[in-house]
Amino acid sequence: MTDIPQVADKYGGAIDEVVLGKGDYIAGGFKGMPFLSFENPVKRRPLIAGEVYDTLEGYPELAASMFDGRQKDPVEWALMWKQLGADMVCVRLASVDPAKGGTSPEDAAALVKRISDATGLPIMVSGCGVMDVDIPVFTAVSEAVKDSRLILSKADEDDYKRLASVAISGNHIIVGFSNLDVNLSKQINILLTDFGVDRRNMLMDPLMAALGMGLDYSYSVQERIRIAALMGDPMLQIPMLCDCTGAWDVSDAVSDEDPALGDPKFRATWWEAITAMAAVISGADIIVMRGPGAADMLMGYIDEMRGDE
Amino acid sequence: MPTAIEFFKLLPKTNCKDCGQPTCLAFAMLLSNQKATIDQCPHVAADAKETLEEASAPPVRTIKVGDKDMGGETVLYRHERRFINPTAYALTASDTLDDAALKERCDYVASLSYDRVGMIFDADMVCLRNDSGDAAIFADRAVKLAQCWSKGVVLETKDPSAAKTAATAIKDRKPLIYGANADNLDAMIAVAKENGCALGLVCKDENEAVALTERCAAAGFKDLILDLGANNLKETLERQTIARRAAIKHKFKPLGYPLMNRVGSGEYAVATAVISTMKYGSLVIFDDLKSYEALPLFTLRQNIYTDPQVPIQVKQDLYPIGNPDEHSPIMFTTNFSLTYFTVRADIEKAKIPVWLQIVNTEGLSVLTAYSAGKFEPERVAEAFEESGVLSKSDGAVIIPGLVTRMSGKLQELIGRKVIVGTNDSRDIPKHLRSITQ
Repeated sequence: MTDIPQVADKYGGAIDEVVLGKGDYIAGGFKGMPFLSFENPVKRRPLIAGEVYDTLEGYPELAASMFDGRQKDPVEWALMWKQLGADMVCVRLASVDPAKGGTSPEDAAALVKRISDATGLPIMVSGCGVMDVDIPVFTAVSEAVKDSRLILSKADEDDYKRLASVAISGNHIIVGFSNLDVNLSKQINILLTDFGVDRRNMLMDPLMAALGMGLDYSYSVQERIRIAALMGDPMLQIPMLCDCTGAWDVSDAVSDEDPALGDPKFRATWWEAITAMAAVISGADIIVMRGPGAADMLMGYIDEMRGDE
Repeated sequence: MPTAIEFFKLLPKTNCKDCGQPTCLAFAMLLSNQKATIDQCPHVAADAKETLEEASAPPVRTIKVGDKDMGGETVLYRHERRFINPTAYALTASDTLDDAALKERCDYVASLSYDRVGMIFDADMVCLRNDSGDAAIFADRAVKLAQCWSKGVVLETKDPSAAKTAATAIKDRKPLIYGANADNLDAMIAVAKENGCALGLVCKDENEAVALTERCAAAGFKDLILDLGANNLKETLERQTIARRAAIKHKFKPLGYPLMNRVGSGEYAVATAVISTMKYGSLVIFDDLKSYEALPLFTLRQNIYTDPQVPIQVKQDLYPIGNPDEHSPIMFTTNFSLTYFTVRADIEKAKIPVWLQIVNTEGLSVLTAYSAGKFEPERVAEAFEESGVLSKSDGAVIIPGLVTRMSGKLQELIGRKVIVGTNDSRDIPKHLRSITQ
């Protein structure tokens, strides 16, 4: 019998390691394509962040129905994620939006602090999406939580200096966002490092499009980023964060109009789980999840694929 | 693919021009670029021709099951070049089912079919299991199956005599015989050869696969689909990656075959299919698949196998969102799938019924299409005309904010007031609420 040729790729590069939370969680560090033990000796698993909102206004009822009422209190909600086995909590401070109640930066910061203290997990924070509103919030959060390294999400090419300043002064981690393009991902990483952000304090978000909503683009952009990083491009070696919660915006995933499509609870769960599996197979180091069922499935599959420690 | 010089060495080098090219070297260059086939040279020696065909065959063989091609892949990553033959999904049916139950089973498999904006996603094959252990029953049920199922058929059995009677009975359907292994290989090859079928080869792992495919090749049989015997997700991912890298990067023929998985049913089976769809699987056989599993899985297959160079397009049509009536607003945008899905999701968020007219812009997004002259007022008006939307609703027509410049001309063409919409899709809910109040 002929021997199978050696197929492990030899790479000159590796993914950076970013230390999160109180120093007990590390993202990245991989030296080969995901889960291939014959070329990637690092058994660490991609980290899973469970999403909580500070208001349920606009949050899908289908997802809310999966948390046994604990979604009504963000701290309880975060604790539930910890019990489910999540590595991190992603706190969405949507209520700082004046249209959704306009929670003050101080109150928002106090909530993040309570969630951080209660769970002890690394916390990722995002605002309402309007930078002018979010910057004072990020500033207050950054000052309120000193004993854990937060992830502040997110800065893009057009407006990154303000958030970068907050991250630098609080020694927190910043997410550089770009829109489905290898070169744009590289660009935001370069802008942030040029501005003075230490690359050990950076993550990149190349936009994880959900299944059926452009997942094909994300999958290939992320494979290309990961391959270029392993080949030695330092500006693409920043660990990659993929937010898979967009799966819950897909009407095919959540619609209950057509009974032939099956129970939307299961369908939406699969929709997010498959989106997330595509994310980790194409190179994600951190995954943000909305549904507890999908997160649970993902954790099981990841553990199996990475093999024993 | 061999280089032009390697081809040239095997050609007659007479420059006879019978192939239509001025010289043998020119012909060799076309061959290496896959722009000509060796058949075009009438003088090439038979053994040289075989060598050339062998060398120029794709690194992964193409196998036919029914009328479906499987394998034939040329790259490891879809960004290099499009993956060619999408993963096929099969569901099993037992040969202990009576006529009515078998028909019902086939109807269920056929019902796993979804129309997603003009694209049909469906299940591909039915796999008949030889649960009865009886060759005559297996053949009888295969004939019945062939009557109620028009697409691909898999015959699952380890018993060469059952395989023989069933395959012979439905030979013209070119079924896949799944169940060849180290113990029954010679008999199974004989059955497959006799009936012109492909064999699904069950291996313990990739090393045994090499030993068995070499045995097949020595017997002159290469129509194989390999089951690498993975027991879990890690083995599925790693073994299929090893086989495909060996085939494509190292031209390693013993693993240059399509790959398949035999899974059961339920969550874990679907997870295996998800990994296999992303990483090199050509066929997954399920014992069962629910609709809420099938739609996301089929959508993944479509996403992975779509051509990365060609944007996914939505059919030009009128899409009602949330039961619009004769006064609902009319919106329109391009047929680039990402644009459509984003706009649709944002309209749904507003919870206000809308008529959404999709205009064929050949898959370009709003600004790109506008700049390329493919999103013009005339085209929009034609699409309105075709769908008759203006007679379905007297509501306001909302133009995407990015192409406000064409609002005057459009207003003139359709004879109705045009309202300027938002630049960014995510502002749609706010805008819709403000104009419908």
